Amino acid sequence: MAESAEHIQKQVRIYLSVFAVLMVLTVVTVAISYLHLSTGKAIALALVVASIKASLVALYFMHLVSEKKIVYAILSLTAFFFLILLLIPNLQ
Amino acid sequence: MQIRFITKPNPMTGLTNAKLGTWCFLASEIMLFGGLFSAYILLRTGSTDWPAGYELLNVPLAFINTLILIGSSVTMVLAWAALALKDVRRFRIWLGLTVLLAIVFLVIKGMEYGHKFEHHHFPSSNNFYAIYFTLTGLHALHIIGGVVLNAYYLFPGSRMYKTDPEQFLYRIECAGLYWHFVDLVWIFLFPVLYLL
Repeated sequence: MAESAEHIQKQVRIYLSVFAVLMVLTVVTVAISYLHLSTGKAIALALVVASIKASLVALYFMHLVSEKKIVYAILSLTAFFFLILLLIPNLQ
Repeated sequence: MQIRFITKPNPMTGLTNAKLGTWCFLASEIMLFGGLFSAYILLRTGSTDWPAGYELLNVPLAFINTLILIGSSVTMVLAWAALALKDVRRFRIWLGLTVLLAIVFLVIKGMEYGHKFEHHHFPSSNNFYAIYFTLTGLHALHIIGGVVLNAYYLFPGSRMYKTDPEQFLYRIECAGLYWHFVDLVWIFLFPVLYLL
């Protein structure tokens, strides 16, 4: 990538903020489990927090915020088949 | 044979072939772990009595491991940024830290496994331990893969920086994509296995 030094230094500041948010969200994940919510609520909340963390990693560390269209296409297709895979157990 | 479009984007995709290949590989990895997550859902919804992860597993150790793995993802991306800024010394420090944190993760994971074996909990004990060992074991294999890959780029692989710095930067970016994916899987494994 032929990016300017300034641009990369700005990126580094973003990486460090994302790092801080990920740390806080990890503590939040554990804190939620101490609330002993009902199973349904606990699963929903845990998955929401995990998805936010995963999105932050994918968007900023894996540079998905500024990626080419074809990568989004591959990932959309994967997400589609991934969801089918997760739904199979519930199709009894 | 020379593989084409390694440092210059392929006009058909707008991407280098290396990066496109890495993303296709990660897509197949999503399906690999997806199948096992699906197996977990099937086992859990199909059982009448599923234990809560925190009653059987060591949450503090897994919590520390989560922080370690997120930390190693940050050091990986900082290694890439340092290399992009042509600061090889810092690149080596950050990549070295990434490898070190990954090894610490494996040591802690090994301690966890050791405690389980001491108490005679094996994959054959019950469905919970079967899927726990399968998912965390497969993830640990990916960590070992990442350690080998990053250690290679830290030592013999870094010679490429002298001959072709541009391609070496792309290699580190692709190694980073893989490493962040391994972190991403753990972000889901931790709450699913330990906290729910």
